[in-house]
Amino acid sequence: MAYEPVLVKHVAEPNAYTLDSYLKHQRGYEGLRKALTFTPNDIIEQVKASGLRGRGGAGFPTGLKWQFVLKDTPKPKYIACNADESEPGTFKDHVLMERNPHLLIEGCAIGCYAIGAKVAYIYIRGEFYHVQEILEAEIEKAYAAGYLGKNIFGSGFNCDVYVHRGAGAYEAGEETALIESLEGKRAQPRLKPPFPAVAGLYQCPTAVNNVETLCNVPPIVLNGPEWFTGLGPDKNGGPKLFCVSGHVKRPGVYEASMHTTLRQLIYDEQYAGGMLDGRTFKAIIPGGSSVPLLLEAHLDTPASFDDIQKAGSLLGSAGLIVLDDSVCMVWLAMNLLHFYRHESCGKCTPCREGGDWLYKLLQRVERGEGQEKDIDLLFGVANNILGKTLCAFGDAAATPVLTTLKLFRAEYEAHVREGRCTIPAEWRAKQPVFAHAH
Amino acid sequence: MSFHPEMEYAPARFHRSARTLAEPGGDFTFTPENQARFDANVARYPADQRKSAILYALYLAQQQQGYLTAAAMRHVASQIRCTAAEVEDVVSYYTMFYTRPVGKYVLNVCRTLSCALRGAERVTEELSAALGVKPGETDPTGTFTLMEVECLGACDRAPVVMVNDDWHEQLSPQDCAAFIDDIKSRGRAAFTGCHLHKEGEPQGPPLR
Ligand SMILES: Cc1cc2nc3c(=O)[nH]c(=O)nc-3n(C[C@H](O)[C@H](O)[C@H](O)COP(=O)(O)O)c2cc1C
Ligand code: SF4
Ligand code: FES
Repeated sequence: MAYEPVLVKHVAEPNAYTLDSYLKHQRGYEGLRKALTFTPNDIIEQVKASGLRGRGGAGFPTGLKWQFVLKDTPKPKYIACNADESEPGTFKDHVLMERNPHLLIEGCAIGCYAIGAKVAYIYIRGEFYHVQEILEAEIEKAYAAGYLGKNIFGSGFNCDVYVHRGAGAYEAGEETALIESLEGKRAQPRLKPPFPAVAGLYQCPTAVNNVETLCNVPPIVLNGPEWFTGLGPDKNGGPKLFCVSGHVKRPGVYEASMHTTLRQLIYDEQYAGGMLDGRTFKAIIPGGSSVPLLLEAHLDTPASFDDIQKAGSLLGSAGLIVLDDSVCMVWLAMNLLHFYRHESCGKCTPCREGGDWLYKLLQRVERGEGQEKDIDLLFGVANNILGKTLCAFGDAAATPVLTTLKLFRAEYEAHVREGRCTIPAEWRAKQPVFAHAH
Repeated sequence: MSFHPEMEYAPARFHRSARTLAEPGGDFTFTPENQARFDANVARYPADQRKSAILYALYLAQQQQGYLTAAAMRHVASQIRCTAAEVEDVVSYYTMFYTRPVGKYVLNVCRTLSCALRGAERVTEELSAALGVKPGETDPTGTFTLMEVECLGACDRAPVVMVNDDWHEQLSPQDCAAFIDDIKSRGRAAFTGCHLHKEGEPQGPPLR
């Protein structure tokens, strides 16, 4: 049976973002109305039974996360919605917020009800200002219609949703860094424990949930947990958004079940439609820039959290970056290390200094000035970052180097041997990039 | 000497740990409109958590005078009721705050992987040639600043350029020179906006 999209079915229609469209096509705010007839604990149990796993990267069960939120406390509780979406290759929350904002607003309200919060802050990256304008305008409409504010549906439940604009920092997506940023500080992570569920925003119990995660909550409440689990493989249920970019014919956000294989997402007509210009597939980054590469042999893997992990990578944020045979893997690692070196929050030395060292070594090798020992040095520095940092960013920064070294070491050696980049593509800079690196 | 036998510390700080002193700047206070906006925003947070409004206050100050001076940071500090050092701490961390004057149009070219695979490096080169400036610089007329930024979260529309708070998608290297001319003659109308907007939909209220 063909998969019927749930989250993005209507986004291509004119005025999809409006409250009218949401009420007409998506049984808008019926999930919230229904949720308010249950106890908060019932909602948490339903989300637990659905097996919904966080869509922000780690795949942690959302119901459990909500259950851990401290109950016996006089302090207020908060939902912090993670709309920082900065993982390279990821652009799904962008579409959800811009074209289906009420689904997120409703998800925030149900989430607040479930954990006993009265306020949700949507932390949106500063670059998404055009999205923020839409989101804020639609939040106003939701207030006016009585879906937010005081005594929603006469239930006595009060809920406020605010958008909080970030200002350019990938690290603000890490949950404790996001909380720091919400508190008006540099987006640098905190030591865990205590986890946000115990001491998060303003030291109060807080659930940090990704946009897509919260968007799955209204449909779960409406259709039941069995419906949700039935949509995907065991423990990987529900609708999933996949962001396909890179060398494919039709890059975009595609909704599918997690039964769908990587090959289908790349080649099927209803998804990315095959390789760009008929070129040959070389490798894929299946979960945003922070995860290991997979090769042709892995393409029949279902794009689920567990299957991708078994194949040796991670589904992460479901950002599929497809690479054709014109991509030099040393260049790829260099491109990504430029990102990590720039985005490191600077709190831990291995990440702050190591990222810079990796970038410089990669530059050296890429322009053909590297030596054999630089390859070992790359390996050594990357391994001294891996697992030795405060947050998962360190592992993410080491990964592009380690995965390309593991799978494409010959390309590094060819650079050293021939004293030049051996796979210079026409789409790359004419001048070596280091000339204008800052 | 660094703690690694082979690798040296970076001679100049290259990232968020760098602290560049802001220009002193002339007297700064919010306009009445911005003061009202700030007061409305700060009310979204608990009364004892005014600091949460710091990014918002900095955006307001930046819109008001184009970039952030030490005087502007002191004003923000007085509004937030924190120290100027705390404000400077925040400003120096986030990439969207400017402590130098920038051009009327700040062209932020995404340089990260998905965009680079679709020619973003060439886009930067072509824009650089068309404007006669290197990334990080502003042209002599003060109209354009060229910057390279990291993934903008729209990798399916690569290469993406953010211009101030606007969006321009799928800019091919061949079109860069014409794009600059188009901005010069038509201003914001030259931008594609976000492709997700459908025919006939409002493009959102004009930016502030
Ligand atoms: C360096 C780093 C960056 C992250 N960036 C994001 C992000 O942009 N968006 C997001 O939803 N989660 C991001 N995460 C994951 C969050 O820390 C957190 O796991 C997530 O917001 C939890 O929500 P979920 O359970 O709904 O997935 C990031 C994590 C790390 C370590
Ligand atoms: S690993 Fe990197 S980003 Fe994470 S806390 Fe340490 S320095 Fe900051
Ligand atoms: S890589 Fe350019 S928008 Fe993501």
